[in-house]
Formats: sequence, C-alpha cells, structure tokens
Amino acid sequence: MSVSQAVLQLFQGVLAVAVAPLVLGWLNQCRAWLQNRRAPSLLQPYRVLIKLLRKEMVLATNASWLFRLAPYVVFACMVLAGAIVPLVATDLPFARAADVIALVGLFALARVFMALAAMDVGTAFGSLGSRREMLIAALAEPALLMVFFTPALISHSTALTTIVDQFSNGALQIHPSMAFAAVAFVMVLLAENARIPVDNPSTHLELTMVHEAMILEYSGRHLALMDWAHALKLTVYMGIGIALFLPWGMAHPQNWLELPLALAALGVKLALAGAGLALLETLAAKMRIFKVPEFLGMAFMLAVLGMLVHFLVET
Amino acid sequence: MVYWIALGAAGVAIPLERAVHARVFFTLGTLGGLLLTGVGLAGLSGWPQSAVLGLGLPDLPFHVRIDPLSSFFLLLLGAAGAAVSAFSAEYFQRGGGGEIRLVCLLYHVFLAAMTMVLIADDAYLFMLAWETMALASYFLVITDHRIAEIRRAGFIYFLVAHLGAIAILLAFGLLQLGQWDYTFEAMRNTSLGTQWSAAVFVLALIGFGAKAGFLPLHVWLPEAHPAAPSPVSALMSGVMLKTAIYGFLRVSFDLLQNQVWWWGVVALAVGLATAFYGAVFAALQTDMKRLLAYSSIENIGIVLAGAGLALVFHAYGMDLLAALALAATLLHCLNHALFKTLLFLATGAVMHATSQRSLGKLGGLIRRMPWVAGLALIGTLAIAGLPPLNGFVSEWLLFQSFLLSPSLPNSYLNMFIPIGTALLALAVALSSYVMVKFFGIVFLGLPREESLHEAHDIGLAARIAMGWLALWCVLIGLAPVLFLRTLDPVFQTLVGTGLRDSLARSNWTFLTAVAPEQASYSALAFLLVIVLVIVIVAMLLRRWFPVDRRRAPAWDCGFGKLDARMQDSAEGYGQPVKQIFQVFLRLERHHPSPFDRQPRYHSRIEDPVWERLYLPVARGVERLASIIGAVQHGRIAIYLVYSFVTLLLLLVVIL
Repeated sequence: MSVSQAVLQLFQGVLAVAVAPLVLGWLNQCRAWLQNRRAPSLLQPYRVLIKLLRKEMVLATNASWLFRLAPYVVFACMVLAGAIVPLVATDLPFARAADVIALVGLFALARVFMALAAMDVGTAFGSLGSRREMLIAALAEPALLMVFFTPALISHSTALTTIVDQFSNGALQIHPSMAFAAVAFVMVLLAENARIPVDNPSTHLELTMVHEAMILEYSGRHLALMDWAHALKLTVYMGIGIALFLPWGMAHPQNWLELPLALAALGVKLALAGAGLALLETLAAKMRIFKVPEFLGMAFMLAVLGMLVHFLVET
Repeated sequence: MVYWIALGAAGVAIPLERAVHARVFFTLGTLGGLLLTGVGLAGLSGWPQSAVLGLGLPDLPFHVRIDPLSSFFLLLLGAAGAAVSAFSAEYFQRGGGGEIRLVCLLYHVFLAAMTMVLIADDAYLFMLAWETMALASYFLVITDHRIAEIRRAGFIYFLVAHLGAIAILLAFGLLQLGQWDYTFEAMRNTSLGTQWSAAVFVLALIGFGAKAGFLPLHVWLPEAHPAAPSPVSALMSGVMLKTAIYGFLRVSFDLLQNQVWWWGVVALAVGLATAFYGAVFAALQTDMKRLLAYSSIENIGIVLAGAGLALVFHAYGMDLLAALALAATLLHCLNHALFKTLLFLATGAVMHATSQRSLGKLGGLIRRMPWVAGLALIGTLAIAGLPPLNGFVSEWLLFQSFLLSPSLPNSYLNMFIPIGTALLALAVALSSYVMVKFFGIVFLGLPREESLHEAHDIGLAARIAMGWLALWCVLIGLAPVLFLRTLDPVFQTLVGTGLRDSLARSNWTFLTAVAPEQASYSALAFLLVIVLVIVIVAMLLRRWFPVDRRRAPAWDCGFGKLDARMQDSAEGYGQPVKQIFQVFLRLERHHPSPFDRQPRYHSRIEDPVWERLYLPVARGVERLASIIGAVQHGRIAIYLVYSFVTLLLLLVVIL
C-alpha cells in the first residue's frame, strides 16, 4: 500500500461522509420541484444534523447499553461501506477488505443493530418497525444477490473494484443482461433505503412507517448519527449502482491527474441518480406492507431474467 | 473416551450431595473436552493413525482410526463438550430433572459414544457407538419422564433414530458387498457398480438425515430439543447433529469412490429445502428452545447444501472448487456447533433464572442478566451471519462457491444452481430475522412478567463456559485463514486438493476465494475500522458538542402508561412471515368477534409434514395391522385350527 493510495482512501472515506447529507438535500430539492413545492435549501440536511447535535439527549428510562451503542455501530458500518465502495477511484486499500457479498453483510450488521435497538425500549412502534425492516431485508437480499450474480458472471469476480476495471477499461461491450439487473437493483435500492413505494421517509404515520418507527425513541446526538448513517447508506447504495452500471470515469491511485475528472463524473452521476430517484418517488405511491413481497419478487424475477439472458445471449 | 466412561461410572458409584456431585464430575468432564480439543488439533496436522483394539466379539475386534476428518470433528466435539460440561457443573447443581448420578452417567456415556462414532474404523464399532449415542441421548431427553409431553417427544426421537439406524446398517451392508469384511479399509477398496453406489448414497442420506434432521426427517428435533435439559439440548444440537454430518461425509466422500453429479444435486436440493423450511418455521415459534431447534434444522440444511455442492464439483473433477465448498461446509459445522451451543446454554441460564421457556413470558433480561445477554449477543450476531464473526465466514465461502458454479460443464446446473443461491440467501436473511426476534424478545424491551425482576445472572463456571464459546466465535471470525490452513489436510483427504495454495496468495488477514482478484474479505479490517470510527466519532462529538443527557419515560403518545403488553409478542413478531409464507404452513386460527366480552385469540401452527407424510403412513400401518388383526382372535382353539389347516396344506403340497 503506497502513501498515495492511503491518502486517496482517506479522502474517499471523508468525502462519502461529507457529501451524504448533500445527496439527501438534492433528492429532497428535486422532489419538491416535481411536486410544485418550494424547495428547501440544498444544505438543509446539514442544518438539521447540527441542530440535533446541539440538542440535549433524552434517553428512555429503561434504555440499555445496546440502545446507546447502536447509533455508533450503525454509523461506523456506513463509514466503512463508504470507504470500500469505489466512488472516485478503484484499487484503494480497503476495496479488498470486502466484495459485494461482504458489503451486504456489513449492511446487515448495521440493520440488525438498528432492529435490536428498536426493540430495546419496549414500545409498540419500535418492535413493529423492527419486524417490518427485517422482513423487507429478508426479501430484498435474494433479489440483491441475483443482481450481483450477473456482473459477477461477466467479470468473473465479486470484488467491486475488479468489476469496475473490467467494465470501464475493457472494450465497450453491450450487455443486455445488465439492463435487467439495473432495473432490479433500483427496486432493491428503494426497498433497502426506506424510500417510496416501500417506506415513506417523510411520515410518522404509525400504519406505514418502517424506518422512522425504529428510530422513534432516539434524540439529539444519537438521532443525528442515525440520520447521517441513513443518508450515507443511500449514497453508498448509489455508489454501488454507479460502480456496477455506470463505471466510467474513475481515477486510479497512481494517476492523481484523473482525480478532478473523477470527482466531476461522480458529481454528475450522483446528481442524475438523485433526480431519477426523486422522479420515481413522485410517480409512485406508497404500497401496503404486504404488497412489498410482490414488489421484491418482481425485482428477483428481473434479476433472474438478466442472468438467464446472460447465459443465452452473451456466452 | 475411556476417561469419560470412567468418569460416568465413578459418578454412579460415588454418591455425593447433589451440588458437590455436579461440581466435581462435570468439571472433570470439562478437562476431557479440553483434552479432546488438543487431540483434534494434533490429529489435523498428523498422519492418520489406526489401531486394532482387542475388544468386542471374538474374531470381530474394534478398529479405530484418527484421520484429519475425524480429528476435525473431534476438535468440534471437544470444544463444545468442554463448554457444556463446565456449564453443567453449575446447571445441575440445583434441582429439576432426575437423579443426578444417572444424568451424570448418561451424559458421559453420550460424550464417549460420540467420540467413538468419530474414531470408529469398522461398521460394527460404528453402529455400536451410534446406537449407544442414540440410547444415551434418548434417556437424557426423557430426564423429566414424569411429563407426558416429554415421553412423547422421546418416543418420536427414538423412532426416527431407529429408522435412520436401519438405513445406515443397510448402507454398510451394501458397501461391503460380498466380502464379509466390515472394516472401512476394505470398503474403500471395493469398487461398487453405479447402481449400488447410488443406493448406498441414498441410504446414507436417509440414515444420517434422520439424525441430522434433513427434511422430512426433521420432525423429532423441535420435539426433543425443548424436552431435554438445556446442556443436553446444547450437546444434541451442537454436536450430535454434526456426527451425522460426519457420517454422511465419511460415506459419500471417503468410502464411496465414484461420485456421480446427481448425488450432489439431490443433496443440494434437500439441503436448500431444509434450510428454507427451518428458517420459516423458526420465525414462527413462541418457545425459545423450539425456535433454536428449527434454527438448527436451517443450519444443517445449509451444511448439507454445501456438501452437495462439493459433491457436484468433485464429480466433475473440479477439486479446488470442491475444496472451497467443503471448507464452507466444515467451517459451518464447527461454527454452528459453537454458536448454537452458546445459545442453548444461554436459554439454559434464562430458564434457570426465570423458569420460563415461552418467549411470551420473557423480556428485558439484558438489565438483569448482563453477562448472559452480552455473550448471547455474540452468539446471535454470529448465527445471523454477520461480519466480523464466524457465521459470516462460512456463509461467505459458501456464497462464493455457489457463484463459481457457472464454470460447471453442465448448462442445466449452470442455470439452476444460481436460483438455489437465492433460496440460500433467503434462508440466511430469514435467520437474521429469527435471531433478532430471539434476542429482542428474550433480552430487550420490558419484562413481560413480574417475576422477571428477580432474575439473577450466571455464576463464574457458566461465564467461563459461554465465554469460551464466544471467544471461538470471535477468533474464527477474525482469523479464518489461519484456521482454514490447519484444516487443509481434511480437504486433501476428501477431495484430493487443498486450499493451501489459494490461501497463501494473500496474507492471513484476507480471506480469498480461489484468487484475490476474484473476491476477498477481511474481518480484521472490518473490526478495526468499525472500532476506530466509533472511538473517533464519540470523542469528536464529546469535544465539539458537549450536551446534557437526561433520562425520561418513553413517549406514550398521551395514552397513559406504557406497559409490557404493548410490545410485540413472539407471535406478533413472526406475523409478517406467517402472512407471507402461509402456503407452507398448516394454520389453525380463531379470531374473536368484536362483540366478545372475553375475547380469546387462538392460533396454532403445525408442521405440514405431519399431516401430509407421517399421519398417512401411520394410518396405513394401522389399517394393515387391523387386517392382520382379523385372523387374531385370542382363542386357542382357533390357533389350533390354523396349525391344523397349515399342516394339511403342507401335506397336500408335498404329496
């Protein structure tokens, strides 16, 4: 591991953490425009975070150490994920610490801690959110794995950095199978990040909330960490999508001159992804929780279709 | 082994006061376990050692042999057995269950029999040990034989165990085909025809499947595990199921010579079905030991799926991939032995402290039993397959070997195995659902009963026992490469190729599948970064945003006091799974009407296998018996007539 690699690695990790609220702000802005509302400032999520960090923390009387530990664990998991996924450069030191399957495991670790913390205080909402979240995750995981199967088949690897290198540096090939995988991935992304139509991030209506129900008992610093981790997760998921389906324009650690270009490319891609997501969320309506299996089942079928297309057409 | 038998015998012979008795003998049993762990570790690196013991029948001596495969399972038995013994030293001190001397004898005979199964080198000794193991565990299951439920559970276990034993006996009978030599050495050297090999494989799958709990022979598990005392369920679930896996691997990889690809496919399909089935049912249970029993079924399914995949690869001569799948299989065996034993011990501690087994009557124990909760949390995270613990390592390896299946030269398999992977992913994800339910309902939230406020934490011996298992979980999770390197001789013996070369291509902190470019995973990096980020974030927040912290009651939405009944019950937590996977269940539900003065909600979930498979068979047997019964009247005159008629007929035939 050279110095430049280490520096770039640190830079990417910090960048992911710093830029995550901005991505959320951009998404909210686009959504407001599409819905004919006056948009909040792009920096609104940062203001909310600072406000929460300054506030007094109120803990439930019977909250245990697990409840207090969970926000830190969740946040740390997402920071690690932000360092692993190739956002601006490939071949970073941490990229080898996890392939896509280990990334899924990392997200699962964060999720389990969140679900456990939700049950800790012993309110009805907490356990309701916890069981719904675990259910959605259980159904999303097979679909996600199927999505990863196709690029892994094409590039003979599950390491994101190898996949990116394979797709962006090789001859430009058209892979119809990847189109199916991409659609399925977007569906899984919506489910995993608690977006419409699976969950609604801007509601506290007890019948529909999932993610918000889990973090209902958190306040102050803990809530800030949870929210920040949530924004970071969305960014990292977008980053995985970018690495799999739009990998062009990433820098290599040996070549610093590529970095400004890579940053610009990342900005454009994230902006496009955010706008697209806002469009999807505006067009769709929140669905009943028991419609979610059908939604994710469709994602699964699309991913399988993609894989079969790869076997039939591309080999 | 001899040590344990002696210990058991001494335990019967020397009457001591209950508490002292438990402390002395089970602590000595722990030493045996540790010794065995050492033997296992030593055996992994050494050459196979065999011996002929002059015991047994005349002309039929016992053959024993320790090769890497048995060493690995001895290690598993030793590590888990040591912990269970240490825990038992505390558990059996207080009442509950039967006569302590009897329990002590059976417990140690059980351990010794399992050891003997693992080192047996001829079919005769193997069957003898196998049956001793079944009997000892049967008697341990019915320790509380005054309760009718427990007797029934024991009977079902006994029945299924014998069904399996018959199948294993037949398999061995076929293996020696015509040589009348029952040593494993001779069996290795006979070359059976394809049909006979296939028959042996199917019989082994059924026979060992009955013990391991493959679908549909799993029915005894959720009955017997809750019935037995917790240390015994820990041993049965953690170790005894693995002896069945050992037998299956021994027969299908070692004794049989020419593997055919469809065997692997059968094992894979059965394994995946078992895993999925176990996961769904585990999510619905309301009794914590039944929940863990179904979770064992799920994990055994995962193990079998891995073994099946290894068989497929091996049959096509892709031995490196076979070794990878086998690594996942064996590691998952060991992992399951560790964390499932840990969790069963945790349930034992909880039952001891609260005398409750039902999830609906527990809750909030993290505040009363911090040691049990903390150690059980490690087990929970490990079994849910989360990094950086050991459960994730084996699942990662298994997923990697599944992802490599498209290199198989069979296009049907190429297309279907990935879909099997999705089923595996579903089972694994559901298992984290199950484990969140288990931990959340037992240890988190508000106590659901008043009596839980008096729950007490475990003592030193139990802490050491559970800590030992948790330590293994963490160490294997963090340094899987070092561990897999020591397991290399096992892969060499079974499939002819080891993983040493592919593991050596990167340093020990990175676990790789075949090649580093292919995929790599470093648990150590995970742990370091997570801990580092937590420390840095906590420090920065404390410095930059010093804020007050206040404790207040949870917000009750203005309705008045929150109480424990407003939390999710175990049933409520499983409700989404019940709704979605309804087609697989037999559900009996009664909803109260809105006008009921005393509303009662009633719901019962039954294993559909009972209804669709076992009951028809039972009815068939009964019908057959009643037909045969028609000739039986119990009057001596009629039987004399039968003999007379038979004699007449014989005379007619002869003349």
